[in-house]
Amino acid sequence: MQRSDEQGLAKNFGRWLEPLLVPVLAILTAVIVGGIIIKVVNGDPIAAYRGLIQGAFGSPKALSETAVWATPYIFAGLAVAFAFQGGLFNIGAEGQIALGAVLSALIGYALPGWLHTSLPAYIHIPLAVGMGMLAGAIWAAIPGALKAYTGGHEVINTIMMNYIALNLTSFLLNGPMRDPNPLDLSARTPEIAPSARIPPLFNIPGMRVHWGFVLALVVAVIIWWILWKTTLGFEIRTVGANPDAAKYAGINVKRTIIVTMAISGALAGLAGAIEVTALNYRHELGFSTGYGFDAIAIALLGKTNPYGVILAAILFGAMRNGATRMQFLTQIPTDIISVIQALILLFVAADAIIRFIYRIRARAERVVLTRGWGG
Amino acid sequence: MDGRRFAIIVFIIAIMFGTVVLVGISKNTPLVIVTSMIATTIAVATPLTLGALCGLYCERAGVVNIGIEGTMLGGAFFGWLASIYMNTIFHFAAMPSLIVGVIAAVLTGGLFALLHAVLSITFKVDQIIGGTVINILASGITGFLNRQMFFGAGSVFHGQIPDSPGVLPAIRIPLLADIPVVGRVFIQQPIAWSAIALVIITQFVIFHTRWGLRTRAVGEHPRAADTVGINVMHMRYFNVIIGGLLAGLAGAYFTLESISSFQPDMTNGRGFIALAAMIFGNWTPFGAWSAALVFGAAQALQINLQFFRELIPAQWAFLQNSYVVGLAPYLLTMLILTGIIGKTIPPAADGKPYEK
Repeated sequence: MQRSDEQGLAKNFGRWLEPLLVPVLAILTAVIVGGIIIKVVNGDPIAAYRGLIQGAFGSPKALSETAVWATPYIFAGLAVAFAFQGGLFNIGAEGQIALGAVLSALIGYALPGWLHTSLPAYIHIPLAVGMGMLAGAIWAAIPGALKAYTGGHEVINTIMMNYIALNLTSFLLNGPMRDPNPLDLSARTPEIAPSARIPPLFNIPGMRVHWGFVLALVVAVIIWWILWKTTLGFEIRTVGANPDAAKYAGINVKRTIIVTMAISGALAGLAGAIEVTALNYRHELGFSTGYGFDAIAIALLGKTNPYGVILAAILFGAMRNGATRMQFLTQIPTDIISVIQALILLFVAADAIIRFIYRIRARAERVVLTRGWGG
Repeated sequence: MDGRRFAIIVFIIAIMFGTVVLVGISKNTPLVIVTSMIATTIAVATPLTLGALCGLYCERAGVVNIGIEGTMLGGAFFGWLASIYMNTIFHFAAMPSLIVGVIAAVLTGGLFALLHAVLSITFKVDQIIGGTVINILASGITGFLNRQMFFGAGSVFHGQIPDSPGVLPAIRIPLLADIPVVGRVFIQQPIAWSAIALVIITQFVIFHTRWGLRTRAVGEHPRAADTVGINVMHMRYFNVIIGGLLAGLAGAYFTLESISSFQPDMTNGRGFIALAAMIFGNWTPFGAWSAALVFGAAQALQINLQFFRELIPAQWAFLQNSYVVGLAPYLLTMLILTGIIGKTIPPAADGKPYEK
C-alpha cells in the first residue's frame, strides 16, 4: 500500500536489505552496549573489539579457527531453527549434542574391538556420525512424543532431558566409558580409532578446519530443501503455523511433532558427533556446555532460516574464537561474549525495541514461534 | 488441591523417607532419621517454593515466566556481591552485610522481572523467548562479572575471593524448637521461614483480596477485566515484578543461606523445577508448596544417604552416586508434566499478550 509510490530501484534495494536490517542493527546495538559494559568495568572497549576482530579474522589460521567454532554452531542452530519452523521450542540441544558425542565416541573407539577387526574409514565414519545423530534424535523425540501424546510442554521437558543427559554422560565418562589410561586424569573417553576420524580440509599444521564445516553448509542446504521443497517440510511448517488448521487439512499432527523433534535432535546430535570425529577425537565432560542456549540465539538471529543460521553461526563462531585473543590482549574475560550474545538475542527477539530506537517504520512481521502451556 | 494428588505426594515422600529409614535403621532410630529428613526437605525446598510462587503471581496474571532460573541466578550473584562489598570494602559486620545482600538479591530479582515485563507486556515479545533471553542474559552477566570482579585485571579484590560474611543464622521457634529430637524441624534459616510465610500470604492475597481477584481476572479473561475498568497492563506489570522479588529472594537462598559462595550457573535448573512444581500444584500456593516439598524430599534423600554411606550394601552403592539419585527431580518433573498424575488447568489467558 505505502510502498506503491516508492521508486522501483529503492523498492528492490529495500526488499533485499530489509530482512537483514533488524539483525544488523541488533548486533550493532549489542556491541555498543557491550562496549559500555567493558568501559564500566575499567576496560578499553576499542582495544577489546580490535583484539576480537584480529583473533577472529586476522590471519588464515584465525579464519580456520572461526570456521572450526562455527561448525557445531551451524548444526545446533539448524536444530533449533528447524524445531521453530514446526512450532516447537527445542531448548535441549545441549543434551542432544552431549549424547550424540558420547555415542559417536563409543562407536569410534570401541567398535573395532567389538568386531575384532579394523574398519575402513568409509564404513566407520558414517557409522560413528550416524549413531551420534540417532542418539540426538531419540533424545529429542522423547519430549516430542510427550508433547504429542500428553501435552507436556517441550520447553520444560527438553530442559529436564538436558540435566538427565548431563548426569548420564558424567556417569558414563567417570565410569564405563572412561579412558583406562591411568595417566589420563580427566573424565573423558579414549581416543577414537584413526579409521573413524574425519580429515582436515587442508594438510597444513595448525589449520584445524575440517570437512565437517563443508558438511554443515551442505546440511543447511538440505534442511532448506526439506522445509520448502518437500511434503514433509510443508506439513511441519503448517503444524508450526496453525496445528488446528493442519489437523483439518488431514495432517497427522502428533506424528509431525515427533518427526520434527527427531530431525531437530538428529541435527544437534550431528553437532556432537562431528566435534568428536573431526576435531577432538574423543568426548570430554562439559564440552557441550552453553551450546544449547547459543543455538537458540543463533536460530533467532538467523530468523529460523537455514541460510540465516549459517551467517549467525559464523558470527558467533568468530566472537567465541576472537574472544581468546581479546582476553590475551586486554585481560577482559571471554565471558563478555556471552553478555553480548545475550544482548543480541534480546534485541532480535524484541525487534520492537530496535525499530523504536532507530525509528524504522518497516512492516513488522509477526512469526508464531511458540505457544503457551498445554497449547 | 484434590485428594488424589495429595495422596500421590504423600506416597512419593513416604517412599523417599522410608528408603533412608531402612538404610540407616541400624545406626539411628527412625524418629531421628525422619526428623532429619523433614528438616532437610523444608530447607532445600525453599528456592523451589519461592520460585513456584514467582511463577504463580506471573501466570495468574497471564504472563508465562520461564526466566525464573535466570532471575534466581541474578539474585544469587548480586546478593552475594552486595554482602561481600559491605563486609570487606565498607567494613560492615556480618549480619548487616547479609541483610543488605538479601535486599540486593530481592531488588535484582525485581529488575530482571521488570525486563521480562517490558518485553512480554509492552513489546509483546513471545513470552517463552523473553524468558529465555533473561536466562541467557543472567548466565552471561553473572559469569562475566564473577570472573571480572574477582579474577580479572584491576579486580577490586586483587584477584582473590575475599572472605564472605558467612550464611544467615538459623532461627529457633521458641518452645517448639526445645522439643527433644523433633524440635530440630523448627530450627530453620530465615529465608526458609519466610518462604513458608509467603505461601500463606500468597494464598490470602490471590484468593481473598481485591488485588488477587483482579489478578485472576486479568489472567483468565483480560478483555472482560478491561471492560470493568481494571488496568490490565498495570496488573500484569505489578504481578510480574512481585514474582521477580520472590525469585530474587530464592536467589539469596543459594549464596546467603545455603552456602556462602557463588559458582557460575549454580541454580542448576531449580527455576524450571519450580515451574513444574507450580504446574503440579495447579497454580495454587499450597499445591505448589507441597510439590516443592516432593522435590525437596528427593534432594534430602540424596543428602541424608551420605550420612549412611558405609551402611549401603556394595551392590547398591552406585545408587548413592549423585548422577543416579540426582536424576529423581528431573524424571519426576517430566512425569508430572505428562498429566498422568491428574490434569492441571492453566489460567485461560496464560502466555497471551493483551492487545487493547
